[in-house]
Amino acid sequence: MPEFGLLSVLIWLPILGGTVMLIIGERSGGSQWFALALSVFTFVLSVPLYAGFDSGTADMQFVERIPWIPAFRVEYFLGIDGLSMPLILLTTFLTPIVVLAGWEVVKLRPVQYFAAFLILEGLMIGVFSALDGLLFYVFWEAMLVPMFLIIGVWGGERRVYATIKFFLYTFLGSVFMLLALIYLYLQTGSYNILAFHAVPLSMAEQIPIFLAFLFAFAVKVPMWPVHTWLPDAHVEAPTGGSVILAAILLKMGGYGFVRFSLPITPDASQTLALLMIALSLMAVVYIGFVALAQQDMKKLIAYSSIAHMGFVTLGFFIAWAILSRTGDTAGIGMGITGGMVQMVSHGFISGALFLCVGVLYDRLHTREIGAYGGVVNTMPIFATFFVLFALANAGLPGTSGFVGEFLVILASFRANFWYALLAGTTLVLGAAYTLWMIKRVVFGAVANDGVAALRDLSVREFMILALMAGGVLIIGLWPAPLVDVMSASVDKLVVQVTQSKL
Amino acid sequence: MITLGHYLTLSALLFVIAIAGIFLNRKNVILLLMCVELLLLAVNFNFIAFSRYLDDPTGQVFVFFILTVAAAEAAIGLAILVVLFRARRSINVQELDVLKG
Amino acid sequence: MESTYLAIVLSPLAAALIAGLFGRRIGRAGAHSVTILGVAVSCALSAAVLWRQVVDGAPADNVSVYTWLVTDGVRMEIGFLVDRLSALMMVVVTFVSLMVHVYSIGYMHDDAGYQRFFSYISLFTFSMLMLVMSNNLLQLFFGWEAVGVVSYLLIGFWYTRPSAIFANLKAFLVNRIGDFGFLLGIAALLYLTGSLDYREVFAAAPGLQDATIDVGSWQWPALSMACILLFIGAMGKSAQVPLHVWLPDSMEGPTPISALIHAATMVTAGVFMVARMSPVFEYAEAALSFVLVIGAITALFTGLIALVQFDIKRVVAYSTLSQLGYMMVAQGASAYAAGMFHLTTHAFFKALLFLAAGSVIIALHHEQDMRRMGGLRKYMPVTYWTSLVGCLALIGFPGFAGFFSKDALIEAEDLSRIAGAGFAEFCIVAGVFITALYTFRMFFLVFHGPERMDAEARSHLHESPWVVTLPLVLLAIPSVIVGWFATGPLVFGDFFGDSLYVRPEHDVLARLGEEWHGPMSFLVHGFQSPVLYLALGGAAVAWFLYLRQPHLPDQLRDRFGAVYRLLENKYYADWLAERVIPAAGRAMGGAFWRVGDVTLIDGGLVNGSARVVGWGAALIRRLQTGYLYHYAFAMVIGLALLAGWLLIRPGGS
Repeated sequence: MPEFGLLSVLIWLPILGGTVMLIIGERSGGSQWFALALSVFTFVLSVPLYAGFDSGTADMQFVERIPWIPAFRVEYFLGIDGLSMPLILLTTFLTPIVVLAGWEVVKLRPVQYFAAFLILEGLMIGVFSALDGLLFYVFWEAMLVPMFLIIGVWGGERRVYATIKFFLYTFLGSVFMLLALIYLYLQTGSYNILAFHAVPLSMAEQIPIFLAFLFAFAVKVPMWPVHTWLPDAHVEAPTGGSVILAAILLKMGGYGFVRFSLPITPDASQTLALLMIALSLMAVVYIGFVALAQQDMKKLIAYSSIAHMGFVTLGFFIAWAILSRTGDTAGIGMGITGGMVQMVSHGFISGALFLCVGVLYDRLHTREIGAYGGVVNTMPIFATFFVLFALANAGLPGTSGFVGEFLVILASFRANFWYALLAGTTLVLGAAYTLWMIKRVVFGAVANDGVAALRDLSVREFMILALMAGGVLIIGLWPAPLVDVMSASVDKLVVQVTQSKL
Repeated sequence: MITLGHYLTLSALLFVIAIAGIFLNRKNVILLLMCVELLLLAVNFNFIAFSRYLDDPTGQVFVFFILTVAAAEAAIGLAILVVLFRARRSINVQELDVLKG
Repeated sequence: MESTYLAIVLSPLAAALIAGLFGRRIGRAGAHSVTILGVAVSCALSAAVLWRQVVDGAPADNVSVYTWLVTDGVRMEIGFLVDRLSALMMVVVTFVSLMVHVYSIGYMHDDAGYQRFFSYISLFTFSMLMLVMSNNLLQLFFGWEAVGVVSYLLIGFWYTRPSAIFANLKAFLVNRIGDFGFLLGIAALLYLTGSLDYREVFAAAPGLQDATIDVGSWQWPALSMACILLFIGAMGKSAQVPLHVWLPDSMEGPTPISALIHAATMVTAGVFMVARMSPVFEYAEAALSFVLVIGAITALFTGLIALVQFDIKRVVAYSTLSQLGYMMVAQGASAYAAGMFHLTTHAFFKALLFLAAGSVIIALHHEQDMRRMGGLRKYMPVTYWTSLVGCLALIGFPGFAGFFSKDALIEAEDLSRIAGAGFAEFCIVAGVFITALYTFRMFFLVFHGPERMDAEARSHLHESPWVVTLPLVLLAIPSVIVGWFATGPLVFGDFFGDSLYVRPEHDVLARLGEEWHGPMSFLVHGFQSPVLYLALGGAAVAWFLYLRQPHLPDQLRDRFGAVYRLLENKYYADWLAERVIPAAGRAMGGAFWRVGDVTLIDGGLVNGSARVVGWGAALIRRLQTGYLYHYAFAMVIGLALLAGWLLIRPGGS
């Protein structure tokens, strides 16, 4: 009888809770209380993942392993290391916040709304903790369903267009991943991801596998040029949907790169590193400019997400540029660490920014920048938070937004001066589009009657934003605890990516 | 001497005639039904011929089954035909193209 | 000592948090009491630290507070390096900040955002202290950006004014361009030395003299490249041409802020940084020349702009730009001590001038145009006399603080032999005349001559309250005396000890110091140099043009219309920074978005692939005739083909 471990509880408790809510349906009130209690409980349960985590080893921890489909040697195999643990905590931290964000706002079918988020939470934790390729794939695809519904049912006017675009984009990508997983299964005789890491592959095999994974993960990240689903999805999604989408779903792409692409196909990654770096820098520079031209707050933040996620992929793929220039592994770990920290930090910052936009949207029901102006006059507390998150988005030292970008820029200087130069333009561009938006929305004289009638934050909204602000500041001022849990896993990854599999 | 080959040839001829009937016929659904019956008969012929040739009665048992099913099928087919005629006032095959994509 | 240092930085922070978060509860008096207490504690302890360093001769203190993070073998820490250089800066920062805190009680008296204001300036003090006390490049960048943010918040303090929120965005973005270079410079030093810690970087610098960085297919000298990148940061923060455009606009903020941040402390961060990094800059000759030339251009050309400004604060702002250029020239000539000394004296007399300007502005109910001032001498005696002290110090009148620092700086530059020194010398000597001209133009327009304000304003004229004039007096005292006792040890002695590093062949101050025989002889020597007469000539010309023959400036303007317009438009740098570059950026963004994202990717790839599928489906649809006999035919043909293949396939039965 296998032990029923903590990870399983974290995965199945929210899913079960969500299902119970769906079964009970609208008959009983207080669904949000149930959802909040359950998600907070899940968060509390997830704390031991950090507290009991042994940061001295790169081995998988909290492992659970039982056969699932013995005929194909598919296993129910869970475990976490320093790369996945912070993302799981991010998930469990953000879900209660999302529940709170939808508290009084969601009028249409609230039970199903909260149930969808709970189920989504379980599935996302499943993605981050699955160590069996097929199990990973199942969670990965299953997660699309609640997200599809969240956008499609509770979204804005063009929600159907957005949701289909979102679904087709991501689904197309993940089908290629399935092909790669099956090929790897045929090579290793199991779906064990750790076995995938060890299997030797020729270059002719690695390139198609890499490209297949790239399709799946690049869409999720999203990388230029497969990013256009994101602004549409964000604009149409309800606030909670945007938060989860930006904060966690995008991270799955980045997580996929470090869990699959880099260790399984290091040589193909090396061959195609230049392409990846070019796409990442494209995201940083090109998307930075595009964000400048946006008139819709959510679209602007969505584009800024793409630009920031460019740092994640840049941090991962400069490894080979560093190696080929200096012949040394120094700096590779810094890039990967930077990418990982950037993911966590972006989870907080973009989530917080979407929550801020949600606060405004709940009051005036528009996301147009031009419809606001002088919000600080009527909502000073809100304005303080909004400016803080905006500055964090612009990469201000002392906030989490700085840490990842700083490390990635430092590392990319090792690779090539021009990479660092182009990546560094985010300092200017990021500040330009974010603070220009702040100038037009927050500062100035009261622009219209709508703004004049705004109420400042309610206690509930204050709590949400204060929690997010705490996360942003703590990571920014003292990132060591976050970096320390990653370091062993990052070191192992550095060894994996620099050892040829040929 | 009538050999197995003769039976099979006859069966094949019947089959081909039925097939030709199915897709050369443009006028009458009843003709289609009859052609389907003819197909079944051609198959039955094969069964019986082989049953005799291999000295195995199983084939003849199958023929009984097929005949029964064919009868039921004809009944149902004709019933559908009646309904069809009531609905469309025609049993012209050329006009029955609701499957068009 | 660690607890002392922590107390120095944390007491303003705590005060800022209390005033900011609980401002409503503690009230106005509470807010200014708590922040002044915080800064006063900080100032007293800083003075004690300076005393300990200088008088007791304590060694430089390098303490680590906590580890920010460790990655890839690089330990990034938050810590303090307190030596004589940083101790001096700490005292300057906290002293000026304390003065500004007191002054603000009067200046901000009627403002609705009173608590917020005090919270911000205390936060600024904290950030600036973190910057100067840092023992590593990471924390330097922390402080660097943090002061930028507080400056952003303070320039936009009156957030309902369109010009203020325009100016603060501009200031932040221009600074960000500098920070962009600064960050790359930090990355370069990390790449070269493998550490962010000052000590390790400095120790590694001599060995890197001939190192190169390959940039594309070029090989660039590594240290010069790193130092120039760092200096780009300094160009942003210290407003050197061409990144100077933000500083005049920053005058949209309240005047105490202009004094504290945009004259005395934050804008000198770049100068401080170059001095702090002197062990690296010394091995980067090209970078020194770059610093020298940029500083010289700034010193002369921004001074010229000050000649045509009528907003009193803008005159002082352009004067600040010009003086920052002087400091940079000193750094470029390796006369770091002279640059730091000028920084110190400038902090006192420029803060004084700003606060005096503020005193005038409140007296005239927020009137800043000098064309509506004049003859204020008799209404505001304290402001008048302290302003005169400030002006004389600024032009380098013998005996005043500015005389010692500026003369030492110019003499030192004269001895420098690095590339660009000749050009720089011309600029700064010509700048002396210009400085005197615009300074006394302002002085005469404000305090002398006919009273040009309207009767309503005149009837309310009176001297400002004591909280305003006390800081003026307290700042005027060092503006007069500091040169007498500080020049010797600071510039020519070993005040800075080993906190500054100068290679012997660059050491112009040492050569100059051979002729140093005390302040009195320096004063006498000053009378023999043309520099002094240029300054006096400038003041005399100002007197002639603005008091004696007030119609002459207008005639001159008509005569030299093109030059005037060029100056009035600030060499079109603002036009470039405000109109051309942002518009180009937005246009580019718009084009990328519409052409790239909407048309090509969404229209072409995404909807295009959907269209291809639809078109293909429409084609295939033709096959579906709906006739049963077609389907049957297809079936039979397929069956026949399959059966045929089974029969005739190679190896088939």
